[in-house]
Amino acid sequence: MSKKVSQEEYEKTLSFRLKRWLDGTKDPFLDTVEMKVQAPFSESQDDVERRIRDREVIAGKVYDRENNTGMRLFHRLYKIMSVLFCLFLVAMLLEAVSWLPPVGEADRPVNNEVSARYIESGLQETGATNIVTGMILTYRAFDTFGETNVLFISACCVMVLLMMDEAVLKRQESQNDRKLEPKNDVILQKSAFVLCPVIFIFGIYVILNGQLSPGGGFSGGAILGAGLILYVSAFGFKKTQRFFNEKVYLVAKTTSLVMYGLIGSYFYITGANGIENHIPLGLPGHILSGGIILPIDICVGIEVACTMYAFYALFRRGGL
Amino acid sequence: MTVFTCILLGFLVICAVGASLSKSLLNTILIFMSYSLVMSVIWILLESPDLAITEAAVGAGVTTVLFVVTLKKIHAIIREDKTEEDKDHE
Repeated sequence: MSKKVSQEEYEKTLSFRLKRWLDGTKDPFLDTVEMKVQAPFSESQDDVERRIRDREVIAGKVYDRENNTGMRLFHRLYKIMSVLFCLFLVAMLLEAVSWLPPVGEADRPVNNEVSARYIESGLQETGATNIVTGMILTYRAFDTFGETNVLFISACCVMVLLMMDEAVLKRQESQNDRKLEPKNDVILQKSAFVLCPVIFIFGIYVILNGQLSPGGGFSGGAILGAGLILYVSAFGFKKTQRFFNEKVYLVAKTTSLVMYGLIGSYFYITGANGIENHIPLGLPGHILSGGIILPIDICVGIEVACTMYAFYALFRRGGL
Repeated sequence: MTVFTCILLGFLVICAVGASLSKSLLNTILIFMSYSLVMSVIWILLESPDLAITEAAVGAGVTTVLFVVTLKKIHAIIREDKTEEDKDHE
C-alpha cells in the first residue's frame, strides 16, 4: 500500500521531523548534530569458518549426538506427540460437529420458526418487498458486514502482493509501450461502446432496486465491476484513469466501508437494546423504502465494484 | 420442464468432469465458465434469481477474466503466431 517517495518530498512530512527529533539529529540546544552511520557488519572468511567449527564442536559436546539416548528419545517422542496432537484436534472438532443439530430435522427452530418469521413479518419489519435482500441486510446485516470486510482485506492483500510502484510502472510502459495498450480491436471496441453504458445502468438499477426486485448490493456491484473490466480491456488504462484512478478507488472503498459500519452499528445498537431507531421504513414497493437497505446496498455495491476492478487492474498491470 | 432441468444437470456433470480432465489450462477455464453459466440458469429454475444474477456476474464473468489474466501473467497461454514462427525456424 505504501509508496516510495523522493527524499525532498519525505523531508517535508511530519514523520520525517518526528524521526529527526527521535534520532537526535536536530537538538534544540546544540542545533544540528552530526550522526555517523554505523559501519556495515563484515567478517573475514577465517572468522566464518571458525564460527561454524566452534558451533559444531559445542553442539557435539553438549548434546553428544551419538550416545545421547535422551535426545534421541525426545526426537522420537516429538514426532509421536505431534501426530497424537493432530488426531486429538480432529477428534475434538468431530465431537463438536456431532453436537450440532442434524440438517433438515423438522422440529428445529431454524426449519420452522425462523423462516416462518422471515416470510410472515419480513415485509412489515424490514419494509422490503424482496425478502432475500431484506433478510440479508437487516436480520443478518452483521454477517454481510463481515463479508464486506473480507472483500476489503482480500483487496488489500492483493495490493500488497501485486502492486508496483508508480514510477516503475511508468518506466516499464515507456520502454515497452505495446505492453498494455489495447490491440485496437474494432469489434471489441464497438461492442464495448454499445454494451458498457447498458451494463453500468443495469448494475445501478440492480443496486437501487435491491429491496424491490432480485439483486442487491453484491450482485449489482459485481455487474458494475464486470462493466468496468470490459471498458478497461477495450479502451486501455489511460482512458479509465480519467474517471477511476487510485485516489478515487481509495476514497470510494474506504468511505463505503466506513458508511456501512456507521449505519450498521447504529442499527445493531438500537436493535440490540430495544431502542426505537429513527430510520423511516417507507412505503413497501417504492424505491425509497426498506429503511437501511438502500444505503447499505449502495455501500456494498461500491465496495464490490471497486474490489472487482482492482483485482483485474492489479493482476493485469500491477497498479490501478 | 423436468426434461430441461435434467439436460442442464447432465451438462453440469459433464462440464465438471471435463474441467478436471482437460489437458490445456485455457480449456479448463472455458469449461468452468460454461459450468457457471449453466449453474446460473439452474438457479433461475430453482426460483432464486438473486443467486442467478450473482453467479452470472461473478462466476461466469469476473472469475473467468481473473483466471485468464493469471494465465497470461504466468505465460501459460501459448500464442498461435509464436508457434508458427517457431515452426518456420525449424
